[in-house]
Amino acid sequence: MSHPIAEASPPAAQPDLAVEFLDRRTPLDRARQALHRYPALSPGIVIILAVIVFGLLNPRFFYANNLSLVSQQVAVVGTLAIAQTLVILTAGIDLSVGAIMVLASMVMAQLASQNGIPAPLSLLLGLVVGLAAGALNGILVTRLKLPPFIVTLGTLSIFTALTLLYSNSASVTGQDIPALITGTGNTFKIGGVNFTYGVVMMLALYVLMAFILNSTAWGRHVYAVGDDKEAARLSGIRVNRVLMSVYVAAGAIIAIGSWIQIGRADAASPNAGTDINLDTITAVVIGGTSLFGGRGNIWGSLLGALIVGVFRNGLALAGLDVLYQTLAVGVLIIVAVSVDQWIRKVRK
Amino acid sequence: MTAANTLSPKIPAETRQPVLQAKNLVKTYGRVVGLDGVSLELYPGEVLAIIGDNGAGKSTLVKCLTGAEVPDEGEILLDGQPIRFKRPQDAHEAGIETVYQSLAVAPALDVASNLYLGREKRKSGILGSVFRMMDKKGMRNEAETGLRNLGISTLQDVTVPVENLSGGQRQAVAVARAAAFGSKVVVLDEPTAALGVRESNQVLELVRTLRDRGIPVILISHNMPHVFEVADRIHIQRLGKRAGTITPQSHTMTEAVAIMTGARRVDDDGA
Repeated sequence: MSHPIAEASPPAAQPDLAVEFLDRRTPLDRARQALHRYPALSPGIVIILAVIVFGLLNPRFFYANNLSLVSQQVAVVGTLAIAQTLVILTAGIDLSVGAIMVLASMVMAQLASQNGIPAPLSLLLGLVVGLAAGALNGILVTRLKLPPFIVTLGTLSIFTALTLLYSNSASVTGQDIPALITGTGNTFKIGGVNFTYGVVMMLALYVLMAFILNSTAWGRHVYAVGDDKEAARLSGIRVNRVLMSVYVAAGAIIAIGSWIQIGRADAASPNAGTDINLDTITAVVIGGTSLFGGRGNIWGSLLGALIVGVFRNGLALAGLDVLYQTLAVGVLIIVAVSVDQWIRKVRK
Repeated sequence: MTAANTLSPKIPAETRQPVLQAKNLVKTYGRVVGLDGVSLELYPGEVLAIIGDNGAGKSTLVKCLTGAEVPDEGEILLDGQPIRFKRPQDAHEAGIETVYQSLAVAPALDVASNLYLGREKRKSGILGSVFRMMDKKGMRNEAETGLRNLGISTLQDVTVPVENLSGGQRQAVAVARAAAFGSKVVVLDEPTAALGVRESNQVLELVRTLRDRGIPVILISHNMPHVFEVADRIHIQRLGKRAGTITPQSHTMTEAVAIMTGARRVDDDGA
């Protein structure tokens, strides 16, 4: 394993302080220490290797319209993965991201197309639905003290049923939806590659969330709560308030994901979100965020979403059956979690 | 022994006001009496050890003093002013810092982040007020200064995650955090219980440093040699009551254990 790949090593600002701290270590230990310190390092290595391999297998991988396609495929999962990362950092898990995304997208599309509500207001009401759904998860986790897995398993069903009841199980097609709402699927060109505005929104959200997580007290508290809830409480952090804000923020981010999804599909369908829960968890886990909470990096989740997208796309271009893509994603998850466990052994 | 014997010989008792004082605290849990009218005084610049057998009420006493429990009866005075703690946060804000046995540090966060956990400093100007940016560099520098002032030389690098530290170093981080924020009283719950000989000595040294800097310390410990090494006075709990307050000069370790177990009585309870 050649770990010192220049592009993959995030902020090299603090020169190996960790190394001088424990000095009798093998190169393998050092690699582990580096991966432990920079959670986004291992997905960074994987994506670079994947791009090289798939590019060699089929040069069409690097064609402009293929790269554009990959970016669009990643936009929705990548956005929802931000919400998922927040929840997983607090040692929780959100199984309802897909359901909230579909519910909010149906609200946005139907209000605008069938109830004649102006597009900006429809988007706003969709956002309110996302916030409310996140708040419900948050209340159940903090007030009833239920495990997030159980809470979101329940709300997954509730939101899915609400979506089908509200929409009468019918999709709304792109022509019926105002241009502002489907506008996230519109494209512009950079160097011959088409990017959608949805991709730009996703990237902007990553930049924003990376800033919040790394540079604000709230971000540090999110990590602390996931790391050791009791220690955070005794340090004076209001744990329930942090958890609540995480679920509400997740709801808001998911609602933005709904908007991107409508643009990407040029429609709003009540059956759109079936696979997306697991895809977001896959992206976060591959991205090096620990399911035990407190450790991870938001950029890792973007890399994780990209890895899933690149694998699906690259394997398809290499002429493999779609089932092998699913198989490959499964293998990726298990490898990623095994690597995470191995890295965590640094902690004695 | 006389009353003067139980106090530090340097200053006469009358001129000193306790920093923290508890009067006749009573705490019951259903039928179980945790505290049965316990009084305690902590004077400026002293290390007061609290010892007692299991179930003697030492943790209940400490919980009442640090806001983790609310006493049923009795009074707590801080700097002579009556005060009521409803939750740990109240005691914390009043300047009573507690280092719990579990240490309450976040393992994945680095030393500086842990020292400032829950009270992060923001950058000055618009970056701090509007964008809520933390002053990471400032916190790091101050963390380094704070650790150096406490004579903690084993923690050179404040950017190391706490999980990479030894038990003694973690304890040092927890103690440093308690001492760092203009605290009036530092309460240490079994600080040497999980440590080796060398690390225990470092922590005891730290306790002395705190005292020398004028911060009074309440030390709960099972370890008699440690207590006798570092304490100025020793409060002995027995069956929910104060069996007496002694000093390492007035009594031997054997006598202290005898008082603790009820084999011997203190004639003058030192109040």
